[in-house]
Amino acid sequence: MTAAAQLDARSKALRTAIVGAFEAAGRGHLGPAMSLVEILRVLYDDILDIDPANPKAPERDRCILSKGHGCLALYAVLADKGFFPASHLATFCAEDSILGGHPEYPIIPGVETSTGALGHGLSIGVGLAVSARLNRRKNRVFVVMGDGEINEGAVWEAAMSAAKNCLDNLTAVIDYNKFQSYGPTRDVVDLEPLADKWRSFGFAAEEVDGHDVPALRRVLSGAPFAAGRPSAVICHTVKGRGIPIAESNADWHHKNKLSPDERAAVRAALED
Amino acid sequence: MRRTSLNTVHELARTDGRVVYIGSDPGPGTLNAMKKEFPERFFIEGIAEQHVIGMAAGMALDGVIPYVNTIATFLTRRCLEQTAVDVCLQNLPVRLIANGGGLVYAPLGPTHTAIEDIALMRALPGMTVTCASDADEMRRLVLASLDWPKPMYIRLAKGGDPVVSRDDDDFAIGRAIIRRPIGDAVIVSTGVMTHRAMQTAEALAADGISCGVIHCHTIAPLDGEAMAAAATGARLVVTLEEHVVLGGLGSAVLECLNDLCIATPVLRLGIPHSFVHRYGSQDGLLDHFGLSPAAVANAIRERIDNPKSHSHIKALA
Repeated sequence: MTAAAQLDARSKALRTAIVGAFEAAGRGHLGPAMSLVEILRVLYDDILDIDPANPKAPERDRCILSKGHGCLALYAVLADKGFFPASHLATFCAEDSILGGHPEYPIIPGVETSTGALGHGLSIGVGLAVSARLNRRKNRVFVVMGDGEINEGAVWEAAMSAAKNCLDNLTAVIDYNKFQSYGPTRDVVDLEPLADKWRSFGFAAEEVDGHDVPALRRVLSGAPFAAGRPSAVICHTVKGRGIPIAESNADWHHKNKLSPDERAAVRAALED
Repeated sequence: MRRTSLNTVHELARTDGRVVYIGSDPGPGTLNAMKKEFPERFFIEGIAEQHVIGMAAGMALDGVIPYVNTIATFLTRRCLEQTAVDVCLQNLPVRLIANGGGLVYAPLGPTHTAIEDIALMRALPGMTVTCASDADEMRRLVLASLDWPKPMYIRLAKGGDPVVSRDDDDFAIGRAIIRRPIGDAVIVSTGVMTHRAMQTAEALAADGISCGVIHCHTIAPLDGEAMAAAATGARLVVTLEEHVVLGGLGSAVLECLNDLCIATPVLRLGIPHSFVHRYGSQDGLLDHFGLSPAAVANAIRERIDNPKSHSHIKALA
């Protein structure tokens, strides 16, 4: 499956907010954030039952950004939804900011758990999903993971546990942008056949173009895909999507030095 | 002690709906009574310690109080990052019940002897580290754990250990217990070593040396007031632990006294800072490492007679 959908005005506006924070800090994981934008946008716009005015409501759905290094996209979406003022974005990574290079709980309104060390989110999601069931609540749990992240063995421990516990209130969402820090995932540790891997671990799995907003709405709103089983959504994405200089370019996984030409290229990408 | 700790978790589960048990792959029949009475709050999640800690953290984020139980080395070494990031960073009330602390699994070798577990746990910000002396004290500890607002490490001993704790101890997490009045020397001990400390003090008393015993069932946070009282009242402080001499109770006491500017000499007795390549039994290895009451008494006598003696340094190396 390709990731070919065009970006609409809202997707571009969120990317502009991300670039603003990135430029203000002069650093950040730009590529991993750009592949995530539509996934998080659809979750927060259309799927999650949440109220930014009451971010601790017990009945709320939970969303964990397990690939915490993609936090620029999460911060842009949370600010857009009103969890905190958009002016905070300009403080990204500043010494006294609430918005660090990885998201922290309970410092940032709307962030459900601290992430940054990879491979932790799905286990925490299993715990939250089990707790929802123990407390007779209907809320759902979504865990957004990176593709490189699922190299971690603990992810598969959690997957077996999710299936064993029949957690159909849990959905694993994979941002499959085909790149990790060193380079293409197929060269580092090939993940294929990825959807079948999740199926073999007891998940009901679907694949979707992770930049196609209507398709993401359709697939994510269909979870759980099977009663008594956790769901997995493999989102085919492009690392750095929307910023041509950064697209599928491992050099843009994390940047902490920007040349004037690079700055100009990033800005130009969002101006047309 | 293990049976008592788990049965007390079951007892807590009867009175508090927040309490759950999560085992990795314990022995057959573990907590069967709780499994029957509260099947939805009893979890066996397999040999997956990293996942189990994360799962417990997720539950705790939602108001649950999880008691996680597996072998001490796996519970401390395998999932240290999950314990640090998922549990301690977020200050969640997850309880780690660690089977076979110290040399309990001596016959099984260095993969199973938990000799640096206290150091690992004590290094984590916010972690409460506990080590009860006997099954009776373990029950008090687990009962007190219910509303303790921090992560906890609960180190278990072998079981059937001599009971030195008392009903009138006025047990409180973080408060040391004076088992024997402070004298010329005072032994600060934890876990089952407190029984050996008491035997040591009796042996010294026969020689006319008065030796107190302070039992630290809680190593972190350490009871600084008790340490100050001990060190200002005695000429020699001796720390006694079933743990390497680096990073455990002895280190905690040294740091505490240094911060309080109390210069009383401290003699640290424990396991040398190396992996254990001998087998046999817990008691046999404790004796091998010079931690029998007679050997400890000798070390104290020698240090009192020769305050600048460094003979124990060889044992620490």
